Amino acid sequence: MSTAFPKAAKVALGMPQLRSNLAHATGTIRGKRAGVVGELDDWERLRDTAAAIKADVQHRMPELALAFERNATAAGATVHWARDAAEANAIAARLVREAGADEVVKVKSMATQEIELNEHFEAEGLAAWETDLAELIVQLAEDKPSHILVPAIHYNRTEIRDIFRGSMADAPEGLTDDPAALAEAARLHLRRRFLSAKVAVSGANFAVAETGSLVVVESEGNGRMCLTMPETLISVVGVEKLLPRFEDLEVFMQLLPRSSTGERMNPYTSVWTGAAEGDGPRDVHVILLDNGRTDVLADEVGRQALSCIRCSACLNVCPVYERTGGHAYGHVYPGPIGAILAPQLEPGRHDDLPYASSLCGACYEVCPVKIDIPEVLVHLRQTGPHQAGERVAMSAATTVMARPRLWRAALGAARLFSRPWRGRGFMRRLPWPGSKWTSSRDMPVPPGESFRDWWKERER
Amino acid sequence: MTRIGLFITCVNDALYPQTPKAVVTVLERLGYEVDFPQAQTCCGQMHANSGYRKDAAKLAASFERVFGSYDAVVTPSGSCAAMARDQYPDLIGSAIGERVHELSEFLLDHAGVEDVGARFPHTVTYHPTCHGTRALGLGDKPLRLLRAVEGIELVDLPEADQCCGFGGTFALKNAEVSSAMLEDKCRHAAATGAEYLAAADNSCLTHIGGGLSRAGGPAPIHYAEILASTA
Repeated sequence: MSTAFPKAAKVALGMPQLRSNLAHATGTIRGKRAGVVGELDDWERLRDTAAAIKADVQHRMPELALAFERNATAAGATVHWARDAAEANAIAARLVREAGADEVVKVKSMATQEIELNEHFEAEGLAAWETDLAELIVQLAEDKPSHILVPAIHYNRTEIRDIFRGSMADAPEGLTDDPAALAEAARLHLRRRFLSAKVAVSGANFAVAETGSLVVVESEGNGRMCLTMPETLISVVGVEKLLPRFEDLEVFMQLLPRSSTGERMNPYTSVWTGAAEGDGPRDVHVILLDNGRTDVLADEVGRQALSCIRCSACLNVCPVYERTGGHAYGHVYPGPIGAILAPQLEPGRHDDLPYASSLCGACYEVCPVKIDIPEVLVHLRQTGPHQAGERVAMSAATTVMARPRLWRAALGAARLFSRPWRGRGFMRRLPWPGSKWTSSRDMPVPPGESFRDWWKERER
Repeated sequence: MTRIGLFITCVNDALYPQTPKAVVTVLERLGYEVDFPQAQTCCGQMHANSGYRKDAAKLAASFERVFGSYDAVVTPSGSCAAMARDQYPDLIGSAIGERVHELSEFLLDHAGVEDVGARFPHTVTYHPTCHGTRALGLGDKPLRLLRAVEGIELVDLPEADQCCGFGGTFALKNAEVSSAMLEDKCRHAAATGAEYLAAADNSCLTHIGGGLSRAGGPAPIHYAEILASTA
């Protein structure tokens, strides 16, 4: 049983700057989201529809994946199948070499973060340049993303200025922490990359089976540059991103921007179907990635995690995420969705993540595709491993609680044990494991007269 | 006549006799007869949510045996009612949860009463507990009952919808994160300047109260006790 999360969380909690950056950023997005969601009177119906479409995709995954391959191929794309991260990385690296390139520009993509494509490319002597502003910041800082949508959420703008000054060779003299100045510095830096890149690597928000189209939803326009300028485009797409019909986008394009950035509409939506002569990349590749997903499909309760559209609304409302940040989760997918996705995608690892939640349910309330995250958390707790000591204690509690006479005796014993504290109202220090409670909270003292005594007296 | 079984919950059985007493007082004031089956223990929520499905099923089955014959089961805990309603169908194939009502649900939806004839001349802030509000869908039901109390002054709790950090065994397994959440909840509670912090679940109140007893702030109180008061 892993204890990585509680340990990493403790470290993160000791970083006041991180906590204040996160509280500020998540608080702002929460407010924006609530505003634009409140404008729609059919929000709940949109959620139900999206959940139904995603459930349909999960039921018909093989059929839809084959339809996508057929239609994308007919439109001039080459579709590759990757069982796992190693296969996907190997295919991508081979395609880059075949294009005669040794570097790529990248659209922000969780799938390529998941398979650690950048690290793999580096080991192969290929360079992968992130072009999303936040991903660029994280890459320059030689850090890892800490949020699905806002990978650099753990930095404030002063820290970002310092990263640019320290690691961006062409950073302007006297760069300030003014957001516009920082964005301009990134634009100038990236422009050179866009103009020289021969190959781009992207993910996709949606893959439409009926047409073989891919869709990327973004804010900065860097995605559009990557998707249209280079000659070769390689897109790594998890199989769960499939949608049956083009018209399904109508539902998701209402849900995603509102849930992610808190906008009615995102600035750039790129849709491409295969390759078109004289318009965009001539060589278009799609790597359909499994990497554990079809195994997750086998779990009737857990598979709803595959409905996720990576909006991050659950991260932004999660009281645990807000206090620990994303790195504490130790996985590319942090927060509530990560706590149910990571242990399923990598069975046997991250088994402490389903416990990184108070089950408050805020995540389920905002999820645009209605993933019942608390339900899956409890399910994973019930199917995962337990600590031996805890199992013994829990089973002892069950033995007592399943027998009313034993339970009454135990209550009597607790009253007896706590008698010395009765006048004080609270116990301030308990021995282990009670000490985990009294480290920050007092414990009330059992009363002299129980409800049962009172009731018996009354009945007399 | 509706046969009402009172499920006091294990937490109240061990620590808070005043809360189920208050439930009895309120229900009897409204003319209901309440029965307290002695064999009751625990709904199994801690076991289920900590991952011990078989243990939880055992306790759920015993709950079903104890309360199966009642027309309605009333309990002063949103999370225990949610446990029976949400998890028993899958756990033991029982629909008894449909007859388990958190007190405010019973008063508003079944009895159709908003003003229970209480008087409580104090300032009170209300924390909507997560399981009651979100899983059970209580919404503002306890608050509606409180608004009808004579003499009460209700003060808004800043960031009320944020979890207090209890979460059952979460408070022990992730004690540091739980404490950080509690710290914020206590700060907001103290900022209200209220005399009392009311909620619909004594487990959450044990957590918040345990923090407030160190940090200072409103006294924790189950809202049923306010409804029982005629002072």
